[in-house]
Formats: sequence, structure tokens, C-alpha cells
Amino acid sequence: MKLDINGQTHEVDAADDMPLLWALRDVLGLTGTKFGCGGGHCGVCTVHIDGVATRSCVLPIVALAGKKITTIEGLARGKTLHVVQQAWLDLDVVQCGYCQSGQIMTASALLASNPKPSDAQIDTAMEGNLCRCATYPRIRAAIHAAADKLGS
Amino acid sequence: MNDIVNLTRRSFLKGSAGLAGALVLGFHLSERAWGQDEIPGKVELNAFLTIAADGAITVYVKHSEMGQGILTSIPMLIAEEMDADWSKVSALPGDARAEFAHTEWGIQATGGSSSTRSSYEQMRKVGATAKAMLLQAAAARSKLGVDQLRSENGAVIGPEAGQRWSYGELAADAAKLAPPEAVALKERKAFKLIGTAQHRLDGREKVTGTAGFGVDVKLPGLLSARVLHAPMFGASVKKFDAKRAMAIKGVRHVVQIPSGIAVVGDHWWAAKQGVDALDVEWELGAAAEFSSESQRKEMDALLAGDGASAKAVGDTVAALKAAKHPIEAEFDFPYLSHAPLEPMNATADVREDGVTVWAPTQFQTFDQMAAAKVAGVTQDKVVLHTTLLGGGFGRRANPASDFVSEAVAISKAVKAPVKLIWSREDDIKGGYYRPRTRVSASLALDGDGKPSALRVKVASQSIMAGTPFAGDLEKTGIDPTQVEGLDNWPYATPNLAVSYHRVKAAVPVLWWRSVGHTFSAYVKEMLIDEAATRAKADPIDYRIGLLGEHPRQVALLKKLKEASGWGKAGAGRHQGVAIHESFGTLVGEVVEITLKGKQLTLHKLTAVVDCGSVVNPDTVKAQIMGGSLMGLSAALGEAVTFKDGKVVQGNFDTYPILRFSQAPAVEVHILESGAAMGGVGEPGTPPAAPALANAIAKASGKRLYTLPLDLASLES
Repeated sequence: MKLDINGQTHEVDAADDMPLLWALRDVLGLTGTKFGCGGGHCGVCTVHIDGVATRSCVLPIVALAGKKITTIEGLARGKTLHVVQQAWLDLDVVQCGYCQSGQIMTASALLASNPKPSDAQIDTAMEGNLCRCATYPRIRAAIHAAADKLGS
Repeated sequence: MNDIVNLTRRSFLKGSAGLAGALVLGFHLSERAWGQDEIPGKVELNAFLTIAADGAITVYVKHSEMGQGILTSIPMLIAEEMDADWSKVSALPGDARAEFAHTEWGIQATGGSSSTRSSYEQMRKVGATAKAMLLQAAAARSKLGVDQLRSENGAVIGPEAGQRWSYGELAADAAKLAPPEAVALKERKAFKLIGTAQHRLDGREKVTGTAGFGVDVKLPGLLSARVLHAPMFGASVKKFDAKRAMAIKGVRHVVQIPSGIAVVGDHWWAAKQGVDALDVEWELGAAAEFSSESQRKEMDALLAGDGASAKAVGDTVAALKAAKHPIEAEFDFPYLSHAPLEPMNATADVREDGVTVWAPTQFQTFDQMAAAKVAGVTQDKVVLHTTLLGGGFGRRANPASDFVSEAVAISKAVKAPVKLIWSREDDIKGGYYRPRTRVSASLALDGDGKPSALRVKVASQSIMAGTPFAGDLEKTGIDPTQVEGLDNWPYATPNLAVSYHRVKAAVPVLWWRSVGHTFSAYVKEMLIDEAATRAKADPIDYRIGLLGEHPRQVALLKKLKEASGWGKAGAGRHQGVAIHESFGTLVGEVVEITLKGKQLTLHKLTAVVDCGSVVNPDTVKAQIMGGSLMGLSAALGEAVTFKDGKVVQGNFDTYPILRFSQAPAVEVHILESGAAMGGVGEPGTPPAAPALANAIAKASGKRLYTLPLDLASLES
């Protein structure tokens, strides 16, 4: 079937019930989206489906015909990082970095729908994205910093 | 792999193990793991760095990057002494290599919060040596004396205007020179990089999804695998039927390996479904009789005995007998899973001529040895590439090399390169936990409310037993990791007895971020806090009064008092404190909470860290923040428990780790005492849970001696 990923159409030869995560990683070689739990519990596999942050590990590809899929590889514009990625760099958010593709995809979807989120709204949006290194305080600060940049 | 190394040169850094620190000269053109191609012709000045013609310096970091920032700190040490242009420095994980041995352990390894401090001098010597060779090359080219030249920001500068040779243009000449016998290192006051906050060198890759973790290895013809492990520790395969698994689209092989049954497919989704479809009959033996409850009884029986004495001062038995109403506490700490977000994985390619392994590992040398053994080749036939680690926390430092051995066994069986990835359930149920630990403690106070006698009994499985680190454990009966933090009880106490009561179980155990300090800090800081309560003293002042022999701890507590706004919590809020020394570093933490019934809110955690001296202050702050929050995570909800022989938990819905909204604001203050450099990866963890529990005790009047914290019990 055909999948629209990061603005390009990809022909994917896989069973209909294959989760998008494995189509991305093992069929198309887009490994920026990570595997963490396989059950939608940890958020490291988060991508955008028509702009909405979605867990790709529990999403069969058959449901994605005609949808626009954005992965971490498609977030920057050429060498110019997305404002969320830049805020992450400026504040040195990452530690091991494994969950950060998912964190950034969730945060960028949040800011796209709510450019000036409150702490409580950030809590709600980010609650499903786990970070074992516990970079949460810096993630919060980086989301605020990105929001400030978007607003200026 | 084209690896031409000139081994005729003398190694000029003599490590304690004879392996450490040797700098191999020559040209080293190697394929990188996960497709990061080398620049052809780049000059390797030694095993630790290359310089390209454009001046780009690549540092091969011998310690594994698992979030702690070592991929930035080690290059800082080298660049400092080299007078390199920091903007031209990048870093790559170092593969398994004899020269990359830990300076103290003699094997290549990352752990014990030791990476920066153990290589601090070695890496600075690497930088200083490279600089000396570049200066010598410039002297030869310019016909000037080395004493007429100086180095600055990636170049050698001569006495006359315009005399400037970049490191890039000198590198090829420098690589042909013999390294100097001895080099002088900079005085601390001359540092330009060390001690300053620098951005991480691995940041950009990690925010763009291009960083190469173990699960991201790509190779031609690579197959994916998952292994079905026995449902209980100590059980084994009786017989199995692969028919249903083989029928799944994409499944290529089903093979039995020592640790279970592997399903190998074109992609991991096929392997995963294949494992789910396996029909297996297990040989359970007595494994099904094991449970958390049966183990509790066994442990209590051990605690009723004397155990092995780890520390004995004065006459504790007599002093406790004479005491009125000593503090009596029975602690229970559960098995903990490291649960790094990158599941256990490794990639192996076993061929006729040797083995190549790609692994997110903290233990390159042991994994290389294990791979050789499983493949049936000698260790020199195993090439091991270190990938980035999606978290480690000790789980990827396994003397048993479990995930690497599995990958090699599968590749050998199917005669193809194989990437093994565990599912999350395989990881949570897969063992190598922080040991379940029960502690029985009695602390007596004298008429002035000061400790007069303390007896602590620790019951747990030994981590070291059966590993190359066992030492004389079987003779003494003591695993030092299980009494650390208690056998050096710092509070003035005339009678002190610490004993270890070794528990045997089939459950594999391992070091979990801060090892024995995960529980010993909780025992120590809960007991002393209760003593302060009974003495009707301020908890910080009470501790200070007992720490006369530990001026660093006193200074740290005073700083913590000021930094945390101690005693000035907002209305309805409560503060708790704890301090603990581990891995050569002192950390004190204050946690501020609100508690209404069982409704707990964590507002703020203030930490003060004294790690002696600092390389990258931003890394230190990040590690103390992350470490302390991991301590809170364990306290709030983590436990691996057993019922009918099986692990009860399986994924993050049943093994809850700290979530976004649970994390308090964190403020970290660095106190540079100038003492010997300590570690920072682990020491943030131990004080967090007791600081929280002490705040809960302040708020509720109840001390919770069992982890994870049972907040519902506060309402009864």
C-alpha cells in the first residue's frame, strides 16, 4: 500500500496489520522513530498523523491510506531545525536521547494546536511520553522557550 | 575493515593493567557502525583521536554514552590540553579495543560513576601528547625550536607575524613522530574548557532522530529476532512446536538457543508475532513455588540469625539491651527493573572468518569474550562496535553478557546477520534486577537524644557472587555492594554493628543506578531522621551535630539549608531532607511536598552536590537531576514481584516509572570543595527517596519503611 510520509509517497510491501512503527523502521529504514513498549504506554514511537501526535506502535498501516504522516526525520526544514528541536538543543534537554524523538513530536504537535500552553496543559500533553533519564524539568523549560520564540 | 596499525611505537601512557592508555599510532580506516563513514585518509594521531586535513578532530570515546554526557566530557579533557578549537571537535563511541580499557579495572567498561574521574588524567595526557607532537611537527617544518612556538585554538603559532600552522595541516607529519616520553599537564587555573558549561556534542543527532542506537543498526541482509524466555527463572524448554510460528508471514527460522527459543524473520514484527505463536512445554521444576511472600519468610528467617559481620564497633548487643525503647524498623525494598527505554538488543554477524557485534553495552570486553565463546572463536576474531545506549543504569553492564550471547547464538544458528530485540515484556520479566532487600534495624538513643548503638542487618541476594568481581566473597560471606553506605555510617555512634545475610534465589540480580546505596541511604537517612524527631531537634541541625568527623558533609548541609529555603516551606507544604555519600560524591537533597490524605504532590527538589571538582557543570546538574528523579520514581511506584514463580509485571502499565506531571521542579547547586573528583551518574539517586519519605513523615507523622511508598496506608 501507499503511505504519505514526510511529504513523499512510499510504496510499502507489508501485511495490513503491521504497525506503522515497524513499517517505518524495518521496511522503510526510517529509524528515528523508536520502539519502547509496543503497547502505547511510553510514547517513544510518537509520530504526527495529519498533525496529531499518535503512537505508531499500535497503529496498523491499513488505517493510514490518505493520511499525512510526519516523523522526526521530517520535522526540520533542511538544515533549519524546528523551533522545538532548537529549544531542545539550546537547553541541552537530551541525555540518552532515546525517547526524545517522541517527546519532540508530542511537544511540536502541542505547540501547533496551542502556541502558549500553561504548565497544566503541558502536563496533560506530555503525560504519555516517558523518559527514564527523567529529563522532564528541562522538557518543560524547552517547551516554554519554544513557545516564547513562536510568540515573538 | 582496513586497520593498519603501527605497533612498533612505544606506548607512552602506562596504565595499571598494562592495557590501559597505550596509544596506537598509525592509520586507522574503519567502517563505522550504522553507516557513519570515516573520512578516508583522516590521520589517527593515536587510538583516541583523529585529525582531518581541515582541522576537524574526532575523539573516540572509550566509555559508553548512555545519557551521562561522556561523549562531551572526554573530548573536553582532550581539547583542553591540546588547545584545540572546540568548535571543530566531534565525538564517536569507541569500539572494543585493548587501549580503551578502564584505567582501574583493566577491562573496557562504563559504570560505577567512574568514567570521567578514572580517565581524567589519562585523557588530558592524550591531549597534551597530541599537542606536543603537533608542536614538534611545526618546529620541523618551520626550522624553529619548540620553545619558540605556542599552541592556541587549533593552531601552532610562531614568533613572527603570520607564522601560523593549523593542526589540520600538521597532523600528517605529527602522526609520523614518536610520542614524547612525558608531558606536562596544565595547572587548573589555566583551564579554558574544563569547568565551563558546554553543550552536548551528541545533541543534534538526538533531536533529529539520526543518532545511532543499538536497535538502529542497518546491514545488508539483516534479519530480526526475538527470543522466548522461560516463564520462570530456573525453568527450561521441555519441547516445542514451531509450526504455527513458521506459518507467519516474514518468519524465516525458529531455533533453540541456551536461553530459550528464537524466532528470526525479515522484520521484528514477524519475529514478535512468531514468538507469540510458539507452542512450548516447559520444565518448571521447583520454580513455580517461588513468590514474593515465600521469599519474605526466607529472608526473615535469615535475619533472625547473626549473618556475616561487615562492621563491628563497641558492644552493640549490650548497648541495645540496656537501651529504653530503641527505634526499631523493618525495611522492605523490592526487586527493581532498570527499564531503559531502549529494550535490550544486540546485532551479531557470525561468519567463517570471525564475528562482528554491534551492541549498546557498558561492558565491551566481557561481551567480546562471551561472543567469542558462543561463536567458538578466539577473542581477537570478535570485532565489537559500541552504539549509543538508550539508557543503561547498570543493566547493560552484565558480566553474563546475556543479550550479546543470545544475538551471537542466533546468528551462528541461522548463518546470517541478526538483530535481536527484546520486547518490553521480555525486558521487565527478564531479570537482572536490583535485588529484593529486607533490612532490620535498631537504633538506641542516649539521654541527650544522641545515637548510642545501632544494629543493621541486611538480607539480599549477592550481585557479585559468581562474577569476576566476587573477590573473597565466598569466604567472608559479605558482598560489599550490599552493605555499602551502612558500613561507613557517618553519624557519631559509639556502638555499631552491620551484618550481611546472603539470600539465595534463582532470580538474576545486577547493579541498578547507585547499587547498594539505593536502599542503604534510605535506611540510614530514615533512621537518623526519626532520631531527630525523637530528640525534638531540627533534622538538619541534628545531623550536623553528629557529623563532627565529616566537615564536607557539614558544609554541604549548611549550603543545602540555605539553598532549599529550609524551614520556609509555603503554607500546607512540608520539607524532608537526606544526605548521602556514594561514588566519591556527596549529595544532599530537600524535597518539598503537599500531602492531603493519600494525595501527594511533589513541588520541588533542591540538591547540593559536592563531587570535588567539575568538568562540565551542565552535565553534573543534568545527572543529579535525572538521578534524583529516578530515585523518586522507584519510591513512588516501581516493584517487580513474583506470584506462582512468575514475574507479575510486564509493561509500563504495571511497572510504572515516573511520568511528566509527577516530576517536581529541580534545582541543583554545585559545591566545589576541591576534594578528589567523585562520580555524578549515580550519587543523585540515593538521597531522593529518603528525603521524600522524611517529608511524608513530617506531614503525616508516619514513617513508611517499605518501598514503593504505600500512600493509601497513610489514611488508615
